[in-house]
Amino acid sequence: MMVRVALPAHLRVLAHVQGEVKVQVDGAVTQRTVLNAVEAAYPMLNGTIRDHTTQQRRAFMRFFACERDLSHESPDAPLPVEVAEGKEPLLVIGAIAGG
Amino acid sequence: MSKVHVLVGTRKGAFILTSDGKRKNWEVSGPHFAGWEIYHMKGSPKDPDRLYVSQSSGWSGQVMQRSNDGGATWETVGNKFVYDGVPGTHQWYDGTPHPWEFKRAWHLEPSLTDPDVVYAGVEDAALFRSDDGGHNWKELPGLRRHGSGPHWQPGAGGMCLHTIILDPSDEKRMYIAISAAGAFRTDDGGETWKPINQGLRSQYIPDPTAEVGHCVHHIAMHPARPGVLFMQKHWDVMRSDNAGDLWTEVSGNLPTDFGFVIDVHAHEPETIYVVPIKSDSEHFPLDGKLRVYRSRTGGNEWEPLTKGLPQSDCYVNVLRDAMAVDRLDECGVYFGTTGGQVYMSPDAGDNWTPIVRDLPVVLSVEVQTLP
Repeated sequence: MMVRVALPAHLRVLAHVQGEVKVQVDGAVTQRTVLNAVEAAYPMLNGTIRDHTTQQRRAFMRFFACERDLSHESPDAPLPVEVAEGKEPLLVIGAIAGG
Repeated sequence: MSKVHVLVGTRKGAFILTSDGKRKNWEVSGPHFAGWEIYHMKGSPKDPDRLYVSQSSGWSGQVMQRSNDGGATWETVGNKFVYDGVPGTHQWYDGTPHPWEFKRAWHLEPSLTDPDVVYAGVEDAALFRSDDGGHNWKELPGLRRHGSGPHWQPGAGGMCLHTIILDPSDEKRMYIAISAAGAFRTDDGGETWKPINQGLRSQYIPDPTAEVGHCVHHIAMHPARPGVLFMQKHWDVMRSDNAGDLWTEVSGNLPTDFGFVIDVHAHEPETIYVVPIKSDSEHFPLDGKLRVYRSRTGGNEWEPLTKGLPQSDCYVNVLRDAMAVDRLDECGVYFGTTGGQVYMSPDAGDNWTPIVRDLPVVLSVEVQTLP
């Protein structure tokens, strides 16, 4: 599956990309498999969305898709079908913090 | 003709200020890594085209950057900082045990002899080393495992290892400083460490002369005299003539001995600079007058340097890593402020001029003197 991922601006700069990125995900499409694919394609993003060691989402990063906040879903839960089919992007959002 | 690069880390990106040896006309490059906090940027003494940058953000944590061409292009390198073994705990602000957690790299110190070797001082306080140009980082755990480690406590800015000094005469000797644990020295390349805080006196801790617990803000050394150290402590300016074994106060006639920066003239090992700050609760210059103080006697006797600096309504701060000197024949002195100015003196502090006035909050300033 080709999955669309929208990164926040500061990570697009870091990854030297513009607009959405598309990554190939084989098998189940979950937060974990999508982020694995993103980090494999863009290794400079390692540790910037989730912790290197625990693989947990960084506190001020959020995951949205299909108008839902998926940040607290299990990283192994299937993402919405629209994301898996490439119709909708997984949005990686930097939380609004600090004014 | 010689050239000067001023490497400026700010709250919202990095800037490189470049001039020839006259230091009159400056080119400004940046912001590099716009929007990210740049705690520190430093070049290798062995290969000045090799730059290392500590880049971080509250959202995405730590990133490390490296340049092999003096900042024209950048490469993201390793950002995995994992404490050795079971991290254990240090003390939290309220005295309770708190697990060691990596937050950011405050200071990068490239090796004096190998461009691929670089040290990183991090928060929560630990020392890491990379032997492959920043791709992989390994803790030197002997420091954190010093018996006092569980009793270290953060200062107001966090429990950061902010100062790393390499002894040019002895590759096994290194000094570091931690807020608010104090200063430490290794004589065996980082295997074991010794607290070097004897002579410090800090009224804000239960035992003012404790072995550890002192809020050291910065230490400076002249490479020609590596056993002589100068320290700006939270309060008090100190010096040691025996590699930190004993410190004596040299605040002398300073109007206030609180401050963050301290540095040494490039060619005069007894000429030192500080920027006095009013107090620990009022982080700005006394009376709204930005004054660098210079001692030509290694401390105690200080003179204010004011020419070209604002002498009214100035309420900026100068953070601990935000002063540096160049090595031109007439030593240049540089410092950055929380108001975004980077000031430069081409004549050892007699006259000052701003290179830039409106950068984001300046976190660090380093200078490269290039042939």
